[in-house]
Amino acid sequence: MTTPNRAKIGAASLLLASALAAGSAAWAAGGEPVHIDRQKWSFSGYLGKFDEAQLQRGFKVYVETCARCHGLKRIAFRNLVQPGGPSFPEAAVKSLAGTYKVDAEPNDQGKILKRPAILVDYLPSPYKNEQEARAALNGALPPDLSLIAKARGIESHAPFYLVPKNMLVDIATGYQEGGPDYIYAYLTGFKEPPAGTKVPDGMNYNRAFASPHMTAMPNPFAGGDGFVKYDDATPATVDNYARDVTAFLAWTADPRLEERKRLGLLVTIYLLITAVLLYLAKRRIWAKAH
Amino acid sequence: MASHESTYRPTSNISKWLDARLPVQRMMHGQFVDFPTPRNINYLWTTGGLLTFFLAVQIVTGIVLAMHYMPSAADAFNSVEHIRRNVNYGWLIRNIHAVGASFFFLAVYIHIARGLYYGSYKAPREVLWILGVVIFLLMMATAFMGYSLPWGQMSFWAVTVITNLFSSIDSIIPGLGTRIVQWLWGGYAVSGTTLNRFYALHYLLPFVIVGVVGLHIWALHVVGQNNPTGLDIKSPSDTVPMAPYAVMKDVFALSVFVLLFAWFVFYLPDYLGHPDNYIEANPLSTPPHIVPEWYFLPYYAILRAIPDKLMGVIAMFSSILLLIFVPWLDTSRVRSTKYRPVYKWFFWLFVFTVVALGYLGSKPAEGVYVQWARVFTAYYFIHLLVVLPIVGVMETAKPLPRSIAESVLGSPAAAPKHR
Ligand code: HEC
Ligand code: HEM
Repeated sequence: MTTPNRAKIGAASLLLASALAAGSAAWAAGGEPVHIDRQKWSFSGYLGKFDEAQLQRGFKVYVETCARCHGLKRIAFRNLVQPGGPSFPEAAVKSLAGTYKVDAEPNDQGKILKRPAILVDYLPSPYKNEQEARAALNGALPPDLSLIAKARGIESHAPFYLVPKNMLVDIATGYQEGGPDYIYAYLTGFKEPPAGTKVPDGMNYNRAFASPHMTAMPNPFAGGDGFVKYDDATPATVDNYARDVTAFLAWTADPRLEERKRLGLLVTIYLLITAVLLYLAKRRIWAKAH
Repeated sequence: MASHESTYRPTSNISKWLDARLPVQRMMHGQFVDFPTPRNINYLWTTGGLLTFFLAVQIVTGIVLAMHYMPSAADAFNSVEHIRRNVNYGWLIRNIHAVGASFFFLAVYIHIARGLYYGSYKAPREVLWILGVVIFLLMMATAFMGYSLPWGQMSFWAVTVITNLFSSIDSIIPGLGTRIVQWLWGGYAVSGTTLNRFYALHYLLPFVIVGVVGLHIWALHVVGQNNPTGLDIKSPSDTVPMAPYAVMKDVFALSVFVLLFAWFVFYLPDYLGHPDNYIEANPLSTPPHIVPEWYFLPYYAILRAIPDKLMGVIAMFSSILLLIFVPWLDTSRVRSTKYRPVYKWFFWLFVFTVVALGYLGSKPAEGVYVQWARVFTAYYFIHLLVVLPIVGVMETAKPLPRSIAESVLGSPAAAPKHR
């Protein structure tokens, strides 16, 4: 039986390898490669969960820093209350919503007036449209952040012969945090440009941003440690701001993550047991045939 | 060969009544319970069952998605986000459908490699094999159009790049290619109109696949299954009834494959996708690298390996269409590569070639990547057009066992009956 075995392994590895090649191809930004470190996240791996307190801090950072330029249009106030997210108390979110003004239904005269937002409303974006945003920001467009953690990734620069091994490790550990890893690196990547590099007006040097490492976004944490006040005992440092807001954005991009991983564990265990039982049944039945 | 009595005995009055009028239960019993399967088939023969399972999964999850999905340029992306966020278990249905397409292809590639290794395309299974190639082509068309539906950046630009290939016909008949492309698009650019028709076809084609799969299984049950020795079934001792033997093995293999599948659905749902597809389609911004889904990468590499656009398109399509002629290109009298000491090496070289092309297809089309893609593209065609016919004539096969039963149980005199 050696040959069919080799055939099996060969065919399986062929498919696996090409499936995996796709994964490595997944994110390839233009220009010279940037190495981005992977971070530890509470929501990574197959037992991963969001850290409620971290998401709450991250939301605070978003509101006080990023919301000036970036929208979060896929998140409704009610989502902030739901389990598996920041899970703020409902009353707090209701009163927070009340401080935002949104378009009301047309009144009897057909006029659209403003009314305070309620739980089912979506978070209002800072600009009405792309043109308004660009006009306000020197022609640059700050993307909506709802999905940004899924819309970015990190590139692997391993030589081709290491690719299969790295892929197997990523598959076994369920690595899906390329987006958050990138965002953290971007938010903390505002550094002095290397000597001789000219940074054009309105641009900022950021080592994580795709080559030539110039981004239109100014360092949102230029205010330094302490400029966002934390309500818990977490040190109010730039590093924590970046981490917390990134975790928050990971949640906005994937609000069903906890439900998914919880169900996944049950399904995996169920299938494992089923597979073992089926294997035993198969052995029993085939014992008569050999 | 596969002709055998159905042991079906209707018991209830209703089934007797039906049996005299439409013996569908008798047919099913004969084809899927009594059906004689070679006793030596290995786990590679479970891929057919896997494929049937995944076709059903795609159709069921697809219909549920269609209840929430909106095929217009303005709504498509948002409706997929709505499915992910708000629909009960929408994230699950969507992950199953998206990852399911990948696993469908994983299974079909193993299935095809199995056929190539054991010579399952050789007489009398040529029609069975050709129907398989037709299914493969339909799957590719379905998956390509399905990938356009979420209307992300990769969806949009993959459609743009691939439909644009037809414009290369302009170099033979000026104007014709452009007309074809505009006809496909339903306008002068990829737009919501294109999305709409792709959606209609994406909904239709899986049911066409169901029809061709029906013919494929019919053809299989006329000529019978091949097996690792490639020998014909000569006596009843060469076979076991499909139920419970083959069925049990299929179900076990399915549970293992579904376990791997579930791992991706729950823990790596975006691993096989591309981050850019979480950015809504934007005709004004071209992504730095446009790459297709992983299962198209080998063909994409062939396309880009050829400097001339039209020739590239022809090479890409013929790399698949050539498979139709493999039953006649292979001149060997022996079916199974197990007994072909020379061809064996070429077979694994071919497998390596396809994997390498897949890797190169994921890389930018420049420098060494293109050079290697040319080397492997050349071997791809040399394998099918030169190696298959010539090695088949030159090589001396190893001695074949006398029968399937002997290959499993050993020669009746030398080996004990039971292991
Ligand atoms: C002064 C306005 C402004 C503020 C405040 C701001 N950003 Fe940005 N941001 C931008 C602009 C403009 C871009 C587009 C940058 C570009 O394309 O070069 C951007 C881009 C981004 C990107 C995408 C980078 C990429 O790879 O394309 C992320 C992620 C991001 N911002 C996160 C944040 C977070 C998190 C905050 C709050 C901590 C924040 N931004 C605060 C203006 C802002
Ligand atoms: C041969 C079977 C099928 C294959 C290979 C297939 C493949 C695909 C692929 C690759 C996608 C894109 C997934 C993504 O990235 O989001 C997709 C999306 C979609 N498919 Fe299918 N599909 C099949 C059958 C069907 C059927 C039968 C239906 C409907 C009855 C259907 C409905 C949809 C819908 C509505 C979407 C868009 C939603 C989404 O992107 O998640 N599919 N399909």
